[in-house]
Amino acid sequence: MTIEQISIFIENKSGRLAEVAQSLGDNGVNIHALSLADTSDFGILRLIVDKTDLANDTLKKHGFTVSKTTVVAVEVPDHPSGLAGILNILDSGKVNVEYMYAFVERCRGNAVIIFRFDDHDAAIDILLKNNVNVLQGERVYNM
Amino acid sequence: MIWNDEFETLPREAIEALQLKRLKQTLDRVYATVPFYKNSFKKAGITPADIRSLADLHKLPFTYKQDMRDNYPYGLFAVPLDQIVRIHASSGTTGKPTVVGYTKRDIETWSELMARSFVAAGATSSDVIHNAYGYGLFTGGLGAHYGAERLGASVIPMSGGNTQKQMLIMKDFGSSVITCTPSYSLYLAEALEEAGIKKEELKLRVGILGAEPWSEAMRTEIEAKLGIKAIDIYGLSEILGPGVGIECIEAQNGLHIWEDHFIPEIIDPISGAVLPHGEKGELVITTITKEGIPMIRYRTRDITRILPEPCICGRTHVRLERLSGRTDDMLIIRGVNVFPSQIESVLCNIDGVEPHYQLIVEREGNLDSLEVQVEVNEHVFSDEIKVMQGLNNEIRKQIKDLLGITCKIRLVEPKTIARSEGKAQRVVDRRPK
Repeated sequence: MTIEQISIFIENKSGRLAEVAQSLGDNGVNIHALSLADTSDFGILRLIVDKTDLANDTLKKHGFTVSKTTVVAVEVPDHPSGLAGILNILDSGKVNVEYMYAFVERCRGNAVIIFRFDDHDAAIDILLKNNVNVLQGERVYNM
Repeated sequence: MIWNDEFETLPREAIEALQLKRLKQTLDRVYATVPFYKNSFKKAGITPADIRSLADLHKLPFTYKQDMRDNYPYGLFAVPLDQIVRIHASSGTTGKPTVVGYTKRDIETWSELMARSFVAAGATSSDVIHNAYGYGLFTGGLGAHYGAERLGASVIPMSGGNTQKQMLIMKDFGSSVITCTPSYSLYLAEALEEAGIKKEELKLRVGILGAEPWSEAMRTEIEAKLGIKAIDIYGLSEILGPGVGIECIEAQNGLHIWEDHFIPEIIDPISGAVLPHGEKGELVITTITKEGIPMIRYRTRDITRILPEPCICGRTHVRLERLSGRTDDMLIIRGVNVFPSQIESVLCNIDGVEPHYQLIVEREGNLDSLEVQVEVNEHVFSDEIKVMQGLNNEIRKQIKDLLGITCKIRLVEPKTIARSEGKAQRVVDRRPK
């Protein structure tokens, strides 16, 4: 029930982000969600796109260091304490969140949040047991 | 295999007797024909007649690269120009180039020593030698070429550059031996990988790599990536060009220096005192057969030591330990001596890191700062910041453990450090002179 994410190593130099976006755009890849983690020297851009393999190949051809990682897309109720509830469930299952970021699109009126956990299987298990909807890959790529 | 059984396995006493005889002849000749030597000997209060044994060698004054520049272009030639059949020059990165001339016999000698070197590296007359050293003023290309022909191998005069064509020819012509710089061999390995050419599709089995210092860790990497034996070769244009010394494929441990043509000494680079065998210092070479431009006690600026122990290959000529760098590549950072090859060995020892690096030295206020730029490839890339910072810290810690200096590590995107088709530029020194 995990989904694929593309991560790209980017130096803090002007124009690099634009280059990523342009080369994906030129190849008809649509970005659904993104997060940029940065340090003083470099950043890591994480993307959920509609065509993961094409995005991966395109960026490699442009000389970027790219890796595919698995993450989990979780439906989160869009009201106060919605996120807190999910995080409490995860905490009760002793699952750690490495990072997370939000999806632009909604799903059935709910927010969608992308999580990277230290243990995906345990996380999915506890979420499902608590009736939280974990989104399938196809659903996410075609949102 | 040994190319010249008679000379390469001479007993020690015979080598020394030959060296003394040839040294005396050389000294008589330069004293008579090169005003620079006559003057420098006189200044030192010495004449050729004062050199009665090899132990007297240390009484002679040193010759420096600056002496070649001062006598630019032909001032150090010991024969008239009409006996010179070839002229080479080193890249004059810091001013005028240094010029060397070869007589017909010098070219013969050079071909012989390069042929010996090829055979020591495991090459035979059946090999297809892909010579990717630059042809031109640089001695690498033609030096290796003449040696390969002398050996009787099939030599492809590729010269440097045009990597796409290099790969095509390597594959189609069945190149079995490549001669180039170690950094170019890695660059080629990378290009082959990108082109989807597997090492199994090539006939390559030996690389004869030189013209820049490289580390044992880099050797391991080159051997694995290209599926070859990587052999270190030593030479410098002031002395001859490539073929002054070479590792034998049997031991791959130290470079035999051809003692029937050169006398090596190791000195303390500051005091100039000769150091006993086994101690590390600057290599000083005296040529004893060269006619065009003989060199007396030439300061190579290369750091090594002499390994006098007998070698398993049967050659009796002493070995030089793998060169750790040139005194002029050596950086002094906050008072600490740093060779780029030391940083390289740290990087090679970290899993997944490739030796594509550059050192940026700057001065902030009164303090030197060292930045080590390292390329991030897929093997070390993680999408978690803490893992990347862990890599950063690991490199910094290992450099600190080895050298005692703190440096800044900058992780950079792949292929952003310029690839060299000749000698790699490892250091950018931005400190005010």
